[in-house]
Amino acid sequence: MRDVAIVNYKQTPATRDSLATNELQMLQSVIQGVIKESGVELSDMDFVCSGSCDYLAGAAFAFVEAIEAVGPFPPIKESHVEMDGAWALYEAVLKIRTGEADSALIYGFGKSSPGDLRSVLSLQLDPYYLAPLWLDTISAAALQAAQCLDKGVLSEADMAAVVSRSRANAKSVAGTQLSGDYSIEELLAEPTFVSPLRMHDCAPITDGASVMIIATPEKARQWCDTPVVISGLDNRIESSMPTLRDLTVSRSTETAGKAAGVGSKPVEFAELHAPFSHQEILLQKALGLDASVDINPSGGALAANTMMAAGLDRIGHAAKMIQSGRYTRGVAHATSGSCLQHNLVAVLEAVS
Amino acid sequence: MAEKKDPNAERVNIMYAPVNLDYRFTASDHTSRFLESIRNGQFIGSQVSEGAPVYVPPRPVCPETGLPAERLVELPDTGKVHWYTIVHIPIPDNPIKPPFVVANILLDGADITFLHLISGCDNDDIDIGMRVKAVWKPEAERTHSPANIHFFAPIDKADALAEELAKEA
Amino acid sequence: MNSPEIMQEDFSVHYTYTRSTGPVIGDFLTALRDKKQILGIKGSDGRTLVPPMEFDPITTEPLSEMVDVSDQGTVTSFCWVKNPIKHHHIQHPFAFATIRLDGADTDFIHMVDCGDEARISVGSRVKARWADERSGTMTDIVAFDVTGA
Repeated sequence: MRDVAIVNYKQTPATRDSLATNELQMLQSVIQGVIKESGVELSDMDFVCSGSCDYLAGAAFAFVEAIEAVGPFPPIKESHVEMDGAWALYEAVLKIRTGEADSALIYGFGKSSPGDLRSVLSLQLDPYYLAPLWLDTISAAALQAAQCLDKGVLSEADMAAVVSRSRANAKSVAGTQLSGDYSIEELLAEPTFVSPLRMHDCAPITDGASVMIIATPEKARQWCDTPVVISGLDNRIESSMPTLRDLTVSRSTETAGKAAGVGSKPVEFAELHAPFSHQEILLQKALGLDASVDINPSGGALAANTMMAAGLDRIGHAAKMIQSGRYTRGVAHATSGSCLQHNLVAVLEAVS
Repeated sequence: MAEKKDPNAERVNIMYAPVNLDYRFTASDHTSRFLESIRNGQFIGSQVSEGAPVYVPPRPVCPETGLPAERLVELPDTGKVHWYTIVHIPIPDNPIKPPFVVANILLDGADITFLHLISGCDNDDIDIGMRVKAVWKPEAERTHSPANIHFFAPIDKADALAEELAKEA
Repeated sequence: MNSPEIMQEDFSVHYTYTRSTGPVIGDFLTALRDKKQILGIKGSDGRTLVPPMEFDPITTEPLSEMVDVSDQGTVTSFCWVKNPIKHHHIQHPFAFATIRLDGADTDFIHMVDCGDEARISVGSRVKARWADERSGTMTDIVAFDVTGA
């Protein structure tokens, strides 16, 4: 099967409420940006694939309006997933691997500000047993954190350390939402929000959009000096009933990580999509990443969490860090569903 | 007709799972300007640059090129019928009684059509290509809504109809 | 050109979904409604799964052997919702909890209404508080009450 390489990636500044700037405009600016930066044309893209969720806008087929940002006339080859853009990337990678396309443009976007995200996301739960209780996303994650704490898998100080590092790392990322210097003591002194979670243990609500260009390695080399090869890519899912899984581990991440070949060579850094601080620790363990591995140099989802793009952002940030020469091999991860139900793992490597 | 049997009389065969979600929609700059313009009895469209296709209502992005369509242009309230259909069935919750005419209208100077109603003439006299003009509600009754336009009418009758409707109101 | 005034409009979306309950979930919801009884189902490994699943989570075989479990149990984990959101059924501070009902081998997620976070802990004994009018949904159980430490 053919290899696939990342050419370029770009995201809008992350904001709590983009107000009059709608989804299409956010996408338009970032798509034109990545196209110009890469010296290519939209018509060079053999395939376009996107990820978004219509429930965020409260309008059926809201994703169709976004397509105008890629200038779909004359008609183009296009597809959409009602998931994070990381899964749109997965579909596009398959298109290239199977020879259906040589290049693809992938985007993910989410404007969460119009609705109540905690309620909207509770609709992804089992519709018979859980959704009628309005078990919101934060409460579900808080139950997972409570189980981890009770079992001694991690401590509240470990969770605060994740937040402290995330915000410190995010200081070097332009256009992110939450960054700064916070000590573990300072964070632990904050009151609980949905106990045992504190507000800072939860990812912020973000409006934004992200875009990525991928291609065969040959084409990628024509378009950029430093293509980043996706050397492994796998995604696995677990039961939709959180009570039927052990929430103190992430089995699907572990399986996906092994299938993607995470441990076949040393890992220098990882971009992990953990919308809650305790989940980052579970992911780190599931992928077998030891203390020598830099975790979330971008700040991760705790710094900015655009729904339906934050997973693609992890892969994008990882690619950019390899392109900058800071690292040569890393892992990027995306999650979907409640309490780390569905996980995607990508291994990225610099072309030697 | 026999009374409808409760599907859950003996056993819970159906679970009622209503979902209510509240949202606050924020209009884009272009949409706000368009709503403002139709309150003033005018149409505006958008384009990438002078001479480029004109979209009405104004779109923020040109779907042909993916470029921002930032240039706003004023458009007249006259145009022609691009295609139409005569609706013979009532639409639930719609106050308009059939038969009525829904048409795709191309405003003069615009490059895309939009849907509105045609009235003010016999339904059998409507034809593709027919010239039409907006029949506006009186200024005092207008809001930020496409309902500011009663309907489009044959161009020679529109002004008289607007006056007539204003008297009735 | 200057930006116009920002125009906003509130709207609500109401989806009137109805769902078919099928053989397993239908029995479960009927028992809630008619008998104030919680049913589980036997899994391939002999465990009693509550709420009952249509398919075995290990072997994927269809399951059918329904069993009664108690409406009392033990809290295995909980989170404390200090500020309920609009959709929550309880509008004062409450807990979402995983509860191991007596006779069950998996946890059941529901609300515990005990007024104060200090009144609930892992190991607390709880009992279902049933709604007077029941329609065959999870909220036929209003919440669980703490009956003992």
